[in-house]
Amino acid sequence: MKVEAENKVDTSTQPKTGADLFVESLIKEGVDTLFGYPGGAVLPIYDALYKAQKSLNHVLSRHEQGSIHAAEGYARVSGKPGVVIATSGPGATNLVTGIADAMMDSLPLVIFTGQVARNVIGTDAFQEADVIGITTPITKHNYQVQSLSDLPKIIKEAFHIASTGRKGPVLVDIPKDISASLFEEVNDTDFHLPGYQPTTKPNPLQIKKLADALAKAKKPVLLAGAGVLHGGASTELKTFIEKHSLPITTTLLGLGSYPGEAELSLGMAGMHGTYAANTALYECDLLINIGARFDDRLTGNLAHFAPWATVAHIDIDPAEIGKNIETHIPIVADSKEALKALLSNTEESPDHQEWLTELKRFKQDYPLWYNNPKNEISPQWLIEAIHKVTKGDAIVTTDVGQHQMWAAQYYTFTKPDRWVTSGGLGTMGFGFPAAIGAQIAAPDETVVAIVGDGGFQMTLQELSILQEKGLPVKVIIVNNQALGMVRQWQESFYEKRYSESLLTTQPDFVKLAESYEIRGMKIDNQEDLIHALPEVFSYDGPVLLDCRVRKEENVYPMIAPGKGLNQMIGVKP
Amino acid sequence: MKRIIAATVQNRSGVLNRVTGLLQKRQFNIESISVGRTETEGVSRMTFVVEVADNQKLEQLMKQLNKQVDVLKVSDITDKAIVARELALIKVMSNGQVRNEIQGMIEPFRASVIDISKDSLTVQVTGKTDKIEALIDLLRPYGIKELARTGLTAFLRGHQPQVTELAPYSLLK
Ligand SMILES: Cc1cc2nc3c(=O)[nH]c(=O)nc-3n(C[C@H](O)[C@H](O)[C@H](O)COP(=O)(O)OP(=O)(O)OC[C@H]3O[C@@H](n4cnc5c(N)ncnc54)[C@H](O)[C@@H]3O)c2cc1C
Ligand SMILES: Cc1ncc(C[n+]2csc(CCOP(=O)(O)OP(=O)(O)O)c2C)c(N)n1
Repeated sequence: MKVEAENKVDTSTQPKTGADLFVESLIKEGVDTLFGYPGGAVLPIYDALYKAQKSLNHVLSRHEQGSIHAAEGYARVSGKPGVVIATSGPGATNLVTGIADAMMDSLPLVIFTGQVARNVIGTDAFQEADVIGITTPITKHNYQVQSLSDLPKIIKEAFHIASTGRKGPVLVDIPKDISASLFEEVNDTDFHLPGYQPTTKPNPLQIKKLADALAKAKKPVLLAGAGVLHGGASTELKTFIEKHSLPITTTLLGLGSYPGEAELSLGMAGMHGTYAANTALYECDLLINIGARFDDRLTGNLAHFAPWATVAHIDIDPAEIGKNIETHIPIVADSKEALKALLSNTEESPDHQEWLTELKRFKQDYPLWYNNPKNEISPQWLIEAIHKVTKGDAIVTTDVGQHQMWAAQYYTFTKPDRWVTSGGLGTMGFGFPAAIGAQIAAPDETVVAIVGDGGFQMTLQELSILQEKGLPVKVIIVNNQALGMVRQWQESFYEKRYSESLLTTQPDFVKLAESYEIRGMKIDNQEDLIHALPEVFSYDGPVLLDCRVRKEENVYPMIAPGKGLNQMIGVKP
Repeated sequence: MKRIIAATVQNRSGVLNRVTGLLQKRQFNIESISVGRTETEGVSRMTFVVEVADNQKLEQLMKQLNKQVDVLKVSDITDKAIVARELALIKVMSNGQVRNEIQGMIEPFRASVIDISKDSLTVQVTGKTDKIEALIDLLRPYGIKELARTGLTAFLRGHQPQVTELAPYSLLK
């Protein structure tokens, strides 16, 4: 990473301000990167950052939404909190989408917003917005700093809350007069949060219950969600799966928690999941959910979800257990702790050979499939080609829509924490800035942003960062000249009335890339693509590839809205 | 079903907003809410009366409240032995003629008249919700000009009967 170290200023003689204290606190937390955008209410902070350029890499976005999605990408890949700074009023409100996104997907972020000075709060002062009020429902916790001496303690608490228990975004609103004032005495930074004591160790009795249920099961299946990844429990999961030969499926956000190509893997479940995975969830007699929140995209119509199963749910958030699905064996715990306990307390494996054979047959007979006319590029084929060239080892970020689902289906992950996508909020504009954050978190890895032509246009201004920070992100536009996912639903459920979903007017993406001094390429046939892809990925720098794909392709299989796991359409005939 | 939920919270700015916002976001119906300080500095007590559809919803409500960083403890005290009180101020139309009649009527409720003007008087009553509602019903024919209720506040009695002693009694029925 380039960290500009010019313009060094000797700061030792200047008095310290709240902003200096802010910077010191961040450094104490081990922060190396900030994603932000300056403005009036954070000028004192930016002045302090100027002096601290050597220790903190500040990434200047071109819109605050870009900052926060980049921070989310950074958090997803590194597991560390992403740190964001924005000014008061419009700077803060521009963050709202990203905060809501991080809240839904439990991503650890610490967000700092400037606020107008304390003596004018509440007067509709210039660039004042009630950021605490606006963000209360979409943050795990938030603070407005009332006194400078509390600042270091609040920052410490904010990092603690964001990165422990069920992770999530924490916002700290700092009035300008606080960051500008000279600091005298600082209150003790030791904190105690009696109302926040996440449970991480499982209850042994519940573990025993699950062990007994497992020994008796004839049709067990394990569902792995993002909670496995948040707990860093992939290794334990793999050992557990192999110990008992358990078939395993994942949610969209659980992809990578277990190697997708392994024999026991059934692939992703849910609305666009595989036949084997959904049928396993439908027919099972024991469902062990580790770290998935039974989202409606996963479950479909609840009446058809695992109707015969004993349901065990391991989750660090007690409120998720029993929220959507009646749970027989609730286990509040961190995924890693629970898996460790399960590993040492499950002696007996189930007798489920028949079930395994049946599932194997489903995998073989009803795999994912697509049309592949040779004179066009099918988007699924494109994803498979990317998978091949990157040896399945890239960090993949996506935007939201059809391309996201194809990436989930066809880019099989072998390792954890290499899949970055917006699941719960489904935020278009997420994918490209998230790739920037991912590349910063993993500078030596291949990072590819797979985006739609629609969503890319929501945050493409961040192309500036690639050159500025020397980030070799590869951007691949799956260009179907449509808001494809919307077009698909209009085709299926609105008799092909394509209301405002066709993007016939588009920029020349190659020229656009070049105007940002980025290499641009456009490809519209398989042969050229086969030649171009290795070049894209071996090129030492960022590349934008505008890949024209079959426009009429739809995402299948599918569970239509309101339908259940056993009512899939578009399964391979 | 109606439930009485008691919560102790860290008395930080924004906590009330967070809690009520949460109830609204999750579509819980709050009938009343009362908040005030407790014996411990920095700790406030909230009492909610909520209408929930079933036990599953009730459990969600408790868990979601508990999850908030500033919420210290949440309990459903509906079926416990509790003392629960609400205060109501009722301004009733009255001229000289009915004044005595009203005063006689409120006496069994141990309510008191705290303000009198030419054409109205204000009654203050404290007690359980059903008692307050009974008094309001009695006063209604005279014409209620204004009504203010604090909402229920409650806590556990000093002595909790053993489960066997506990009659199937619920304050809110
Ligand atoms: C267009 C579109 C289509 C989609 N289609 C599908 C689909 O077909 N299938 C599908 O599955 N999803 C789909 N989704 C995504 C879906 O909306 C949800 O985001 C997703 O199912 C949630 O996955 P999750 O529960 O694993 O992750 P999260 O929502 O992140 O939940 C994680 C859970 O793990 C818990 N947890 C966190 N940390 C820990 C820990 N350390 N230990 C234990 N537990 C922990 C949390 O409390 C939470 O309950 C789609 C999204 C979009 C935008
Ligand atoms: C910010 C936002 N606005 C609207 C939507 C609704 N939406 C979901 S998918 C989609 C189409 C996405 O089109 P594109 O980015 O071209 O991807 P494709 O589906 O074609 O792969 C839309 C509009 C959304 N998810 N996010």
